[in-house]
Amino acid sequence: MTPLLEVTDLTKHFPTRSRGFRPGGGGIKAVDGVSFSVDAGQTLGLVGESGCGKSTTGRLLMRLLEPTSGSVRLDGREIAELRSSELQEYRRRVQMVFQNPSSSLNPRQSVGSAIAAPLLAQRITPAGGVKAKVRDLMDRVGLRPDHYNRFPHEFSGGQKQRVGIARALALDPQLIICDEPVSALDVSVQAQVINLLEDIQRDTGVAYLFIAHDLSVVQHFADRIAVMYLGKIMEYGDTPRVFGAPEHPYTRALLSAVPQPDPAADRSGRIRLKGDLPSPADPPRGCVFQSRCPVHTQLDPQRRRLCSESVPSGDIACHHADVAAEMLATTTSR
Amino acid sequence: MTTPEAAAPMLAIRDLRVSFPTDDGVVHAVNGMDLTLARGETVGIVGESGSGKTVTSQALMGLLKDTAAEVTGQILLDGQDLNTLTETRMRAYRGKKIAMIFQDPLSAMHPFYPVGAQIAEAYRVHNDVSKKAAAQVAVDMLGRVGIPDPKRRCAAYPHEFSGGMRQRAMIAMALVCEPELLIADEPTTALDVTVQAQILDLLNELQDETGTSVILVTHDLGVVAEVCHQVVVMYGGECVEQATVAKLFEDPRHPYTQGLLASMPSLAQRSERLNPIPGFPPSLLALPNGCLFADRCPKTHLVPDDACGTRRPTLTGLDGHPSRCHLETLQPTGEVAR
Repeated sequence: MTPLLEVTDLTKHFPTRSRGFRPGGGGIKAVDGVSFSVDAGQTLGLVGESGCGKSTTGRLLMRLLEPTSGSVRLDGREIAELRSSELQEYRRRVQMVFQNPSSSLNPRQSVGSAIAAPLLAQRITPAGGVKAKVRDLMDRVGLRPDHYNRFPHEFSGGQKQRVGIARALALDPQLIICDEPVSALDVSVQAQVINLLEDIQRDTGVAYLFIAHDLSVVQHFADRIAVMYLGKIMEYGDTPRVFGAPEHPYTRALLSAVPQPDPAADRSGRIRLKGDLPSPADPPRGCVFQSRCPVHTQLDPQRRRLCSESVPSGDIACHHADVAAEMLATTTSR
Repeated sequence: MTTPEAAAPMLAIRDLRVSFPTDDGVVHAVNGMDLTLARGETVGIVGESGSGKTVTSQALMGLLKDTAAEVTGQILLDGQDLNTLTETRMRAYRGKKIAMIFQDPLSAMHPFYPVGAQIAEAYRVHNDVSKKAAAQVAVDMLGRVGIPDPKRRCAAYPHEFSGGMRQRAMIAMALVCEPELLIADEPTTALDVTVQAQILDLLNELQDETGTSVILVTHDLGVVAEVCHQVVVMYGGECVEQATVAKLFEDPRHPYTQGLLASMPSLAQRSERLNPIPGFPPSLLALPNGCLFADRCPKTHLVPDDACGTRRPTLTGLDGHPSRCHLETLQPTGEVAR
């Protein structure tokens, strides 16, 4: 079975201009050879810290940005080759929900007409008329019929996000790209929206690409996970495996850095990363994580040299995944 | 475990209320906030947006003086009521006795001055020293918060720092006069998890070194569990529950706290379905007469005579773990069906 969405070696470099004595260099490698797939009706979680390229990946998939190289296929069709009429058809099948519902809704457009907009843009008249379809969508996301003529400022953050979801659902898409859909919401409301997204998936069979930085939300929500760092995927696999037995040192560090809402939790195994993310304009050669890697410094020189060579393709982007787990266990128990 | 009362509280807030007149009516942002804090302790103030946690910290810093806001109640720092001080006299306290760090350090620092100069300035306001000596203090301070090569970094501007380093510089600026109380308003919310862990470690270390008391304002219960001793849960501008960290997570009393803990997805165990709190927080323009949480609360049927809808509960409870809920007064043993 071919997956619904298949991404192979996707790359996006933003050019940087040289200014005065500062050399331009090779540009910023926002996304650098990323591959993953999403099956119909499934959820892929894309996680990583800010600047790792997860939002750029989402935009590339929507063709809001043109990729530098690589391929994105929906049902086997290469999207870079789509012409404008086919692109419109593509956008009917792939929709997006944005992080900030306040800035992704037009403040002067009523909620009803915002939800109807995709139908009008695609010149689709559903059976029973546009208005009835919009009412149905509003009902599905938990908005009341009398909200139809209200404006975004009259709604709370959670309700606005419901409008964004209703709008994405209007065209019955096969895939919705959710870019941090709940990170602007409070915890109690966040859970409402996550449950709503799950209900929609169960009822319609839509697939999600769920971009987020909150690991506990992704763990709850995703079937499969890709962990990104500096434009590359560090670890890729089924959610229970990645969270239960993470193999890449970065995944392990990321998971152990999440504050646990339990004062009695055992924190002795915590891995502390030093320093900040390197600049994506000048990432380390070879393994991009080596400058902060807790394993790198403990390797014998011969193995350490391997880190400056390009990482072989695979689900775990680490030269030393075989010894990493053991090494981290011995350092943290000291 | 020492109770805050026993250790002669360094800070005591009594019935703090803050309201803002607006075109739409009076916004009651804080409606009766009580808090005691012992020296060297860390208290977390948790709540969702609009629960009044930031306004509370602004009132503590005296940032609402000379504004339209009406602040009543007492803020006793070592016995001195800060709320009665004039703006001029408050200046002697700000930075020296109470300091604050903000969520977004980029907007809290002056973009045109080097970081070192800003730290030195904060020091010179309260200490009569030469510019040169203050500059040296700034270098030492940057070193203490873990910035490599502090001497060179002092000459850098805020935009040249990364998010985590900027927050370190903010902490250096806040602690340079060795204040007794540090208010940290969402200090790690804008940071990535790996950097957040670094900053929380740093705050813990510095507190051990200096014995400063810390008020940590956050919406993240995970952060609270990591660094706080005491917790105050706020909802609709009220303190709804106060407890030690261990007690709050082990035995949450207020239905809102219980709902908050249940609604969080957990890394430790994967649940099939999340349990959100239905509905939305109340409007601070028109507060209901009864309990502010009543229309979202799953336990109102346990209280007779519709007390939840008509009477505002008070903060009651035993053994230093009060909760603002009618259920507490019904069965003082606390053994109600939770």
